[in-house]
Amino acid sequence: MKTDKEAMSRSSHSRQVRKSAYIGKSVPRLEDRPLVAGEGRFVGDMNLPHQLWARIVRSPHAAGRLLAVDTEAARTMPGIVAVWNSDDISDIPNIPFRATSIQGLGPYTQPILARDRVRYVGEPVAVVFADDPYLAEDAADAVFVDVDEDTKPILDARDEPGEFAPGASTEPVIINKGYGDVAKGFRTAHRIVELDLSVGRHSGIPMETRGALAEFDMVNEKLHLWGATKRPHWNRDRIAEMLDMSPAQVALHELHVGGGFGIRGELYPEDILVCVGAMRLRRPVKWIEDRREHMMAANHSREQHHLIRAAVDSDGHILAIDETLHHDQGAYVRTHGARVADMSIGLLLGPYAVPAYAARAHFRLTAKTPAATYRAPGRFEGSFVRERLMDAIAHELQLDPLELRRRNFIASSEMPYARNLSALETEVILDSGDYSGLLDKAKRFAGWEALKSEAAERRAKGKHVGVGLGYFVEKSGLGPSELVRMTVATDGSVEIVTGAASLGQGMETAIAQIAADTLGVDYSRCAVIHGDTDKIAFGWGAHASRVTVMTGEASRLAAEEVRIKALNMAAELLQCAPDGLFLDDGVVHHVESGASVSLAEVAKALEPASSQRGDRSPGLTAEAWFHNKHMNYPYGAHIALVCVDAETGHVKVERYFVSYDIGRAVNPSMIEGQILGGLSQGLGGALFEEFRYDDTGQPVSVTFADYLMVSAAEMPETAVQILQDAPSPLNPLGLKGSGEGGVTAAGATIATAIDDALQRPGLVRRLPVTPQYLLQRIAEYDAGQHDARQSDDLTGACE
Amino acid sequence: MKAAPFDYFRPASLQEAAERLSVNSDDGAMILAGGQSLVPMMALRVAYASELIDLNAIKGIDTVSRSERGIAIPPLVRHADFHSSDVAPGPLGHVLATVSRHIAHYPIRQRGTFCGSLAHADPSSEWCLIAAALDAEIELLSVSGRRRIKAKDWWAGVMETVREPEEIIVAVHLPLLPDDIQWGFYEFNRRAGDFALGMAFCCYRLTEGLITKPHVALGGIEEYPRRIPEAEAVLEGATPSAEVFGEAARTASKAVNPLEDPATPAAYRRDLSATVVRRALTSATQTKSSPALSA
Repeated sequence: MKTDKEAMSRSSHSRQVRKSAYIGKSVPRLEDRPLVAGEGRFVGDMNLPHQLWARIVRSPHAAGRLLAVDTEAARTMPGIVAVWNSDDISDIPNIPFRATSIQGLGPYTQPILARDRVRYVGEPVAVVFADDPYLAEDAADAVFVDVDEDTKPILDARDEPGEFAPGASTEPVIINKGYGDVAKGFRTAHRIVELDLSVGRHSGIPMETRGALAEFDMVNEKLHLWGATKRPHWNRDRIAEMLDMSPAQVALHELHVGGGFGIRGELYPEDILVCVGAMRLRRPVKWIEDRREHMMAANHSREQHHLIRAAVDSDGHILAIDETLHHDQGAYVRTHGARVADMSIGLLLGPYAVPAYAARAHFRLTAKTPAATYRAPGRFEGSFVRERLMDAIAHELQLDPLELRRRNFIASSEMPYARNLSALETEVILDSGDYSGLLDKAKRFAGWEALKSEAAERRAKGKHVGVGLGYFVEKSGLGPSELVRMTVATDGSVEIVTGAASLGQGMETAIAQIAADTLGVDYSRCAVIHGDTDKIAFGWGAHASRVTVMTGEASRLAAEEVRIKALNMAAELLQCAPDGLFLDDGVVHHVESGASVSLAEVAKALEPASSQRGDRSPGLTAEAWFHNKHMNYPYGAHIALVCVDAETGHVKVERYFVSYDIGRAVNPSMIEGQILGGLSQGLGGALFEEFRYDDTGQPVSVTFADYLMVSAAEMPETAVQILQDAPSPLNPLGLKGSGEGGVTAAGATIATAIDDALQRPGLVRRLPVTPQYLLQRIAEYDAGQHDARQSDDLTGACE
Repeated sequence: MKAAPFDYFRPASLQEAAERLSVNSDDGAMILAGGQSLVPMMALRVAYASELIDLNAIKGIDTVSRSERGIAIPPLVRHADFHSSDVAPGPLGHVLATVSRHIAHYPIRQRGTFCGSLAHADPSSEWCLIAAALDAEIELLSVSGRRRIKAKDWWAGVMETVREPEEIIVAVHLPLLPDDIQWGFYEFNRRAGDFALGMAFCCYRLTEGLITKPHVALGGIEEYPRRIPEAEAVLEGATPSAEVFGEAARTASKAVNPLEDPATPAAYRRDLSATVVRRALTSATQTKSSPALSA
């Protein structure tokens, strides 16, 4: 796509290459040096004088009436300053919502310490404050939690709803979405295809567990909190409300973060307990989550059951889809409200034109750790369901699965395409895309035909090798707004302040590239300041693949304004007209005369006391807002080659290809990194990761020996193709986000590749495809076949 | 994930360790060697030791010793010490080198010990499987003296052995293997380095083309690893063939009483027991004199 800067560099400065052309270049990340040199500053690294350590006492029971939380013994242990149960903090309200328009969820919010009932293993019931983290843990062990297990825990969202509290069912809401005449679609269908599909419970497991450090500054009556990132301003405002303070009395400060993935940085009970502790005990309070706690306390995600039906005509065109979702929310409704269930059905349809659609999401509570968003929430699950459905339709009609997809794609000429559905509180309007074009490119990139023949040849030799493709539409650039303040210092360096946040995704580099490219400076001289509520009045944080789009465009606008101010001042310094000037690499050049002045000199000339400033406003600085009512929609395809050991059930992913249209790639190698990292999590959800519970509600996946994450040994050889065929019309650079596309279609793709490997269409109905599940499913599948195929015929290892 | 309070004692000799243990074992004192299982369990507070008696300062117990009949593995021999097949003469060295590489991950193998694995008695322990398969003897020391337990009598349940709390494993004795032995090992786990879901070690000799003295042992399937005599009976005197191996594998899977957990039904482990036995036997036919990395 053509930008005004590219045009300018050609017209007014065509004799030399513009050094500050950074957008689209894989320049090194600016934020890496302290991280790779061991100089990072995570919340665990930070300590304050006289700090206390908090330790949370957690419920060992999945469900029951809380009879007593006896803190007496713990209170008298050495080094213990205080031990609180819910009676001690009864004035603190429950954790509120930030992301829902659905009413009636209030009764289901989580108290910061359990009151009256415990609802999942791991629920905070008491907190210990001690001089030392070891003593705190010893004392926490001595807190006696007396629970009457008066009910059987609900562990399946498909079970009959029970009572959460008097008058409140464990099904807080059924969300309905849809449009068109679904009944007619099914009445006139050539065929109806129905699937019952499930996705297991898993979540983001950042390398760094959660942590918080709070200090109450008594001189200024101000509460400071380090560690909780992602949504600093929103968290600040809610903490202020919960503690009955002014937002001006609360400051959140971001530190380095070892991964977020949507689950880290939301407001959790522990964050509030640390703040209340610091205020009441008048000492800083630090809390660092341990891994076992993390597995049972931080947000879970993904667990859903889908019953989906499609009505199709004889050419494979979808006439209507009917979908019923049971969403396993866990024990409470946390900050996201019912957002994941809502967007699961709101974004389910992906790239396909569906004339009529009816969906209902049963949002249900169970006796498990509460759930919320995790990288590609609703889309990992929904893509698995939708792509399984497309494969089933193709099989039913004996059509090539890719041809079937092509027949149902929304055409690029139909863009922008209003879905008549909503998700994340906005209307779903697909902004741009050439779905068919990307399918062609993805096939070429992966060598689709060659992969298919290779798999067929190896199958002919008795191996179970298969190839699969999953298509997906992502969403990114969630608004509503972002503000950037950009200032050029008198040494020519640039400070860019934003209310967005960093979760390690490389936003400092991406934003610096956009700002430097627009302004005409070295990107490494741009410092991006983020995640600190004291530095900027407003901000929306880092989530929903939004930062490069929202802060990126706000930075471009601010940089444009700074550039105009700089040229205006430089024109006077160089005694010429501004339109003959060109700013590149931190120097303003007069093209005709060759005269130049550095941006540092320009900034000095604009200092308040400068005699050269004239009546210009002081400082080489600008603020800019970017507002955006609608998300944009990147899209792509995953292709996998897998080999199945049908005797053990092991699935080896041998090769993997991701094609992804991002609209405009700011830093291709960072996008590739995002996709590879996302893919490792997607493969985890497809094959390995699952939070399991026994039938009493005890979690049995609370260590890395039981909760299996993909390691380097399990990652396949992967190639990533970044495409820029469909820039977003919603921002001038055409930007879309890249945070989630590596995850989204992994489950769908692995499922179809396994079906192909075992030549059993529709085999995989559930993720993760564990060896145990796969062997049991093959036996069930073969028992249901009329041709009495014997699973004994299946063979083993890939080598 | 911080251990509950415990005392720490660092004896200079095994005798001193045994004396200390005789006094404190009733209160929950435990031996620390490699600590790769015990220490995380203490950090998770699923194991509570009143005192750790750390053997790591004791001299002279970190090297495998050889005799004509076999080797003796003292308490501070680490898993990684078996990475080289020179650790034991003949095929035994190759067996141990091959199997050692399946134990957890490289850093863990630098610290964890053979004797510690036998004491911990995890059903999925590779060394426990080898001890069972090769009829090891476990030598115990206490203030009352020494005794030796045969591997088949060692285990009492999942992570339970017949060792008394005041006894220390001072050596595991393994017999040498004849040069003409055929052996095979196969382990299945979800990811590289994970605990085995199931594994088998098989060995036999050929006399005039017929299998003699077969050993078939399974690990990770039942409460503890053991030899499966029913499967060995199928092999004894038979000519090696895919059919015979298949029959032995099926027989083994019928003979086992598999563990069950929320992730893995017993039926899966039963199925898997046949697969790992057959694969171990199949790789054994292909074994020549130097099979160090064949499994």
